[in-house]
Amino acid sequence: MQSQATYNYKVVRQFAVMTVIWGIVGMLVGVIIAAQLVWPELSVMEYLSYGRLRPLHTNAVIFAFGGCALFATSFYVVQRTCHTSLFAPGLASFIFWAWQLVIVLAALSLPLGFTSGKEYAELEWPIDLLITVIWVAYAIVFFGTIGIRKTPHIYVANWFYGAFIIAVALLHIFNSAAIPVFESGILTPKSYSAYAGVQDAMIQWWYGHNAVGFFLTAAFLGMMYYFVPKQAGRPVYSYRLSVVHFWALIFTYMWAGPHHLHYTALPDWTQSVGMIFSLILLAPSWGGMINGIMTLSGAWHKLRDDPVLKFLITSLSFYGMSTFEGPMMSIKTVNALSHYTDWTVGHVHSGALGWVGMVSIGSMYYLIPRLFGRPEMYSTRLINIHFWLATLGTVLYIAALWISGVMQGLMWRATNADGTLTYAFVESVKASYPFWTIRVVGGVLFLTGMILMAYNMFKTIASGKAVDDAPVLAPAHAH
Amino acid sequence: MDINDLRSLFTVLALVAFLGIVVWAYSGKRKASFDEAANLAVEDDEPARPEQGAGR
Repeated sequence: MQSQATYNYKVVRQFAVMTVIWGIVGMLVGVIIAAQLVWPELSVMEYLSYGRLRPLHTNAVIFAFGGCALFATSFYVVQRTCHTSLFAPGLASFIFWAWQLVIVLAALSLPLGFTSGKEYAELEWPIDLLITVIWVAYAIVFFGTIGIRKTPHIYVANWFYGAFIIAVALLHIFNSAAIPVFESGILTPKSYSAYAGVQDAMIQWWYGHNAVGFFLTAAFLGMMYYFVPKQAGRPVYSYRLSVVHFWALIFTYMWAGPHHLHYTALPDWTQSVGMIFSLILLAPSWGGMINGIMTLSGAWHKLRDDPVLKFLITSLSFYGMSTFEGPMMSIKTVNALSHYTDWTVGHVHSGALGWVGMVSIGSMYYLIPRLFGRPEMYSTRLINIHFWLATLGTVLYIAALWISGVMQGLMWRATNADGTLTYAFVESVKASYPFWTIRVVGGVLFLTGMILMAYNMFKTIASGKAVDDAPVLAPAHAH
Repeated sequence: MDINDLRSLFTVLALVAFLGIVVWAYSGKRKASFDEAANLAVEDDEPARPEQGAGR
């Protein structure tokens, strides 16, 4: 009976294709708002103004692009490493369609101006409720699959995915807790946060930083722990390091949030706790990076002619870079310079484009041919071009914002001998224009790469056939 | 004992638990089992390639 069972690739396939589509949409919106900063006249009407498109950009790239990539890979990885088909396939199908509905609702409601005003959690309460239902379904499918596994072990990638699912449930429920204004109706929703004052700020950044920690880090590390060993054709460098890596992240990430609120009304000791835990985070982050990169140890030559591996390994380099930069920026005296400047935005994109983007792209290039019954993608050359476009785009983007960020920080704090400010704010805006232009160029390069990826994907799909008969592997050897 | 003592105690217990996990993970007894787990990913798709296990 075992040998006739097949993996559920359908939902993986749906999410994989939508990862690429939403990636293009989200990054296009990013390019548009980057251009609006340089050419404000592009802000043509209220629906397409910077303030409304910016949350659309962040929600689209994090939850539509990143979210679809995580659903696709987690459903694939959990099946393959548990040697069983997906638990509750009907529910998995529901998750796909309901998640697409959430994305469409976000794409409608944010430009229309409906927002709860919480960063990375702007969606109003009816959508928040739908997300909660989806997330419970996700937990049932994922942990249900682990429950019916035919292997004695739960592979480490699943630990990371599992932690992501649990932590995001917790974060979403607590941060989105709000009092709806029912008089506004469900179609034009309005709500007020359940928290007030500095507590509201602290809950928001407890959420915000753990969205980075568990959505954008732990989950994508799950991806890394499967697809890097897969593409390199060898087991992860150190499994015991991966176990320590996992628990170190779990024990520390939850406390790092206050570094978003340095020099605010938040009690000083809370700021210091946030800073110290952020500094400690350097250790597990680099442990994970080293574990991923060293998986290639003894097989470095594979990096030369395998662009998929290039994506995966470069993503780890950016991960290492941004997880070094992050703890440094959490130091209060450094933060005094960096906060509210472009440096923060550059830092986020070194993680978002360099780490999350590239590890997802690499994993999709691994997955797509396997889901459509092809030995490889339609064009390896295009993957290579995509790799260089993405790398160059990311480097241009973050280098430009490092310069403008530090420049802004220095201009804002400069004082004359008599204590007055040396520069008016608008002078720092004027000085930033060249770097904002470079940022647009970087973003366009990254977006162009994604468009090539979509072309490559559709060509692969056209020449392939959806695989629905991949046999489930025999139960793992039990010693 | 007020709530802050409990909070301090919890922090210390969390640290002890983490150190326990480190000792457990690096104990020699886990090696074979970890090697097996590490191979779950790579042995799956293609014919298993004889590569050395993750014994570090």
